[in-house]
This record gives sequence, C-alpha cells and structure tokens, in this order.
Amino acid sequence: MPKLPIYMDHAATTPCDPRVVEAMLPYFTERFGNPGSRNHSFGWEAEEAVERAREQVASLLGADRKEIIFTSGATESNNLAIKGAASMYAKAPAGSDKRGHVITCRIEHKAVLDPCKRLQKEGFDVTFLDPPRDGVITREMVEAALRDDTILVSLMWANNEIGTINEVPAIGALCHEREIVFHTDATQWAGKMPTDVERDGVDLLSMSGHKIYGPKGVGALYVRRRRPRIRLTAIQEGGGQERGFRSGTLNVPGIVGLGAAAEICRAEMDSERERLLRMRQRLEKAITTRLDVVQVNGHAEKRLPHLTNISFGFVEGESLMMACKDVAMSSGSACTSASLEPSYVLKGLGVGDDLAHSSLRFSLGRWTTDEEVDYVIDNVVRAVEKLRLLSPLYDMHQEGIDITKIEWQAH
Amino acid sequence: MAYSSKVIEHYENPRNVGSFGTTGEVKQRKDVGVGLVGAPECGDVMQLQIRVNPDTGVIEDARFKCFGCGSAIASSSLATEWLKGRTVDEGLTIKNTQIVEELSLPPVKIHCSVLAEDAIRAAIEDYKQKNGLGAEAASDARAH
Repeated sequence: MPKLPIYMDHAATTPCDPRVVEAMLPYFTERFGNPGSRNHSFGWEAEEAVERAREQVASLLGADRKEIIFTSGATESNNLAIKGAASMYAKAPAGSDKRGHVITCRIEHKAVLDPCKRLQKEGFDVTFLDPPRDGVITREMVEAALRDDTILVSLMWANNEIGTINEVPAIGALCHEREIVFHTDATQWAGKMPTDVERDGVDLLSMSGHKIYGPKGVGALYVRRRRPRIRLTAIQEGGGQERGFRSGTLNVPGIVGLGAAAEICRAEMDSERERLLRMRQRLEKAITTRLDVVQVNGHAEKRLPHLTNISFGFVEGESLMMACKDVAMSSGSACTSASLEPSYVLKGLGVGDDLAHSSLRFSLGRWTTDEEVDYVIDNVVRAVEKLRLLSPLYDMHQEGIDITKIEWQAH
Repeated sequence: MAYSSKVIEHYENPRNVGSFGTTGEVKQRKDVGVGLVGAPECGDVMQLQIRVNPDTGVIEDARFKCFGCGSAIASSSLATEWLKGRTVDEGLTIKNTQIVEELSLPPVKIHCSVLAEDAIRAAIEDYKQKNGLGAEAASDARAH
C-alpha cells in the first residue's frame, strides 16, 4: 500500500528536489548579497551564483548564457515575450491600427491567450488557430495563416492539459524563412524533453522553475541574440537589470534553485523520460482495457511521456475526483473553480461537452512509483464503475439510446 | 471544495439507487412517474422515478440515478428519501431551499437542489399525466 495521498498532478506544480533546496539555502542567509552591488564581495558572490545558474539554464536549452533572462515565472516570461516583441516589431506606432499580425492557438495557456487579447485591443490582429482533433499544430497550419504583416507566432511546445506536442522545429524553420519572430511557451516541455533552441529554430522560449522540481516564483525567458538578434520592449522598468529586459533586484535564491533544477533535469532526462513513459503507458492501457467508453485525449504518440488526459463517458468529473479523494489530480472540468464550464482545451479539440465534463489529467513525476500507479488504476476504475451504477446516461447507453439525440432541457 | 458531512454521507451511501425497469418499460407503467431533468453538457442529469399506489395516491417507493457532482447525487438521494410515504400532492411541497438547508449546500451548489426539485415535479407530473389527473401540476412545473 503506497503512502496516501498520492500526488499525480505534476503538470500543476512539482515538489522542490531536496538537492535544489540545499543549493538555495546559503543564498538566504550568509550569501545574501545583491548581485547589483558591484563594489564588495557580497555582491560579487551573488553575481557569481546568478551567472552559474544562467549557464545551467542555458545548457538545458542549448543556448548561450547571455541569452537567458530571469523572471518571476513563465507567466511573466510569456507576457514579456509577446507584448515586448509585438511592441518592438509593430508596423505602426501605438495608438494606431494595423500594427501587425500575430498567430497563436485557441488551446494555449491563459498566460499566452490573455496577452494576445491585450494586443488585439492595442491595434494588432491576432489569429487564434483552431487545433485539429489530435491537438497538434503543424507547420502547414501556421503557414496557411501567415500574412504579409505577420510579426509574431506564439505556440506552446507541449500542451499543459493534454500533453500534445506541437511541431516546433518545423514551425521555427518556417518563421525563420519568413523572418517572423517565433515564441514558444515551453513550461511543460523544458527540463523534460531534449531542447536545442538552435536546432529547433526558437527565438523566444518561456519556462518556469516550479514545473521542473525547482522553486515557485522564478522562471526564465530565452531571447535569441544572433541570427537573428531579437529585441524586446521591456514591460517592467527600473534599475536596468537583466540587460534592461527585466528590471528589479534578482531573486538570487530562486535563480540558484532554477539553475540547480535545470542541471538535474539535464543529467537525468533520458532515463527519467523512459521510466515515466513506461508508467504512463501502463496507466493508459489498464484504464482503457478495464473500462468501456473511455478516450485518451490528444495525439496517440506526439505527447509528453508523463502526462495523460482521459475522458470517462457517462460520469461527471467532480464526483469522480470525490471518489478518488486519495489521489491528487486535475479535473478536465473547471467545476472546482466554480465556473461550471468544461475545459476550453478539450472543447477546442472537439471533445463533446459530455466527455469534457468527465476528464482527468494524470501527470506523473520524479518520485512517482509503480505501486502508486497501480493504486491509481484500481482507484479510478472502481470509482468509474461505482458512478456508472448511479449514472442514468450509462443506463441509456447500455439500452442503446443515443444521448445526443435526446432533447435535454439545459438549465 | 469542501463538502458537508451530509453530502459526503449521501454520496458514499446513496439511498434508493436504481429504476423500476428500462426506459421502455417505465414508459408503459401507469403506476410509475419518471422525471428526467438537466443536460449532459451542463454536467448534471437527474432521473427520478416514483411508484405510486393508485388507490391512495401515496408514493410507496422512489428510485434515482444521477450524473453529476457530489452535491447533485446527494440532493437526488435525499429527494427519494423525502418522497417515500408522501402523497403525490405532498411531494410537490418539497422545496429546493429545504434541500439546501438539510445538506448545507454552498451557494455555488444551489442549482443542484433546484434540479432535484425540478426532478420531483417532473416525476409527479408524468405520473399525473399518465393517469389523467389534470394538467395543474404540469403548468406549475413549467412555470418554475
């Protein structure tokens, strides 16, 4: 029997690796200096630590350390990349229309969608691509949406709800051919999958510390410096830290933690990916074999190894979570946040409202064990079976009634 | 979200789960009234069935099935308990506010109690219609 509760929500956040915490600790107390203090050893020591972390993050991404900007997290990185690039490469000054065209996708994270909606209000045109059913955005889809005035493409590397992987290298190559800035939100990708910003044609890349076993409140933005050199308008102004891209005293302990986390991810990535993929496949296989009317959402292969999103027909997501109270995972439905709206990502893929209401996201992590996976499988299967005994929809399905043909009275 | 102990108790031990036959069978039965309310895309569907003694008008048995959150399951489970032993007209006096109070439902879950009240009315209406007992209840239910 594994220790309860079981954490299977690593796409939401991860625990800090104890090695990361150990690396951070001295920077709260004896090495507390401000890296901006240029004239004493406290400052030099802090600066040295920050530069080491910059190198560690750069190595993870195949970048040069001068191309890494530290931020407060991926949300800030996305805001800086999208608003900063749009403002810098705008075709017309602020206050006018037709300032340029931006391409993104409907199933991006809100931290990309909302900055893009902001751009719409500020005179930019934004295309929100409709994803295909498998969730994977291809080069062809982006190419079809390109215009003469396209200045920026922002597409996530891997989706946070369903784990599908967009064709980033091909899209990066396309953007470089057309001289369009390419930003990718790699929050779920970086640290988990091999990344090489040179090979993959990325100009701007956002990542977060707490998704890779580092601390919360720290992240990074990769900003390409050559072929081509990408410029950004700063959002946050002040002391001119981070080459003027991001003013504010550096979060030294956080940055040291992010660096340590990046280094551990790089060293353990290959074996970890294999282990996680094996466990995820076992989870998916057991659930889809033992239950009928279940669906794994998103492309079958082009998915992150540690994440799966499964829809269970004829049961409702919140009651399913209630039946799995010893397992921490995420419901495809946002019911728990009181909005009663099913996931916009699953709806965007064309998953019906009925199935989108009963989806669970399982995301495995560094300390997930086979024993935990077995427990979760049994727990979920038993819960679905129990709820289907209660479900009028499952009865109708078994009687051969098509529930989509019934005239429901929406309330 | 934290559920009240009564919601959890009903959710873990739902009362009177089931039906009095297949969809086709209960349609034919004059002593059974069926209420089916809600919609899958809204995340809850309640099916409530009552079996009435035609001589006394007393609801002798009630069954439910529910696709929905814990509060929806608890509301419909509670509705079956409260219906048993009442006459159909007494059944119509059950109000969603009583369910809210009994289960300590938070504001975001009040719609579950409304749905349970709708299910009660729909089941009673169905029984009355099958037995030619006037359209009064029907118009009441629609006005809701």
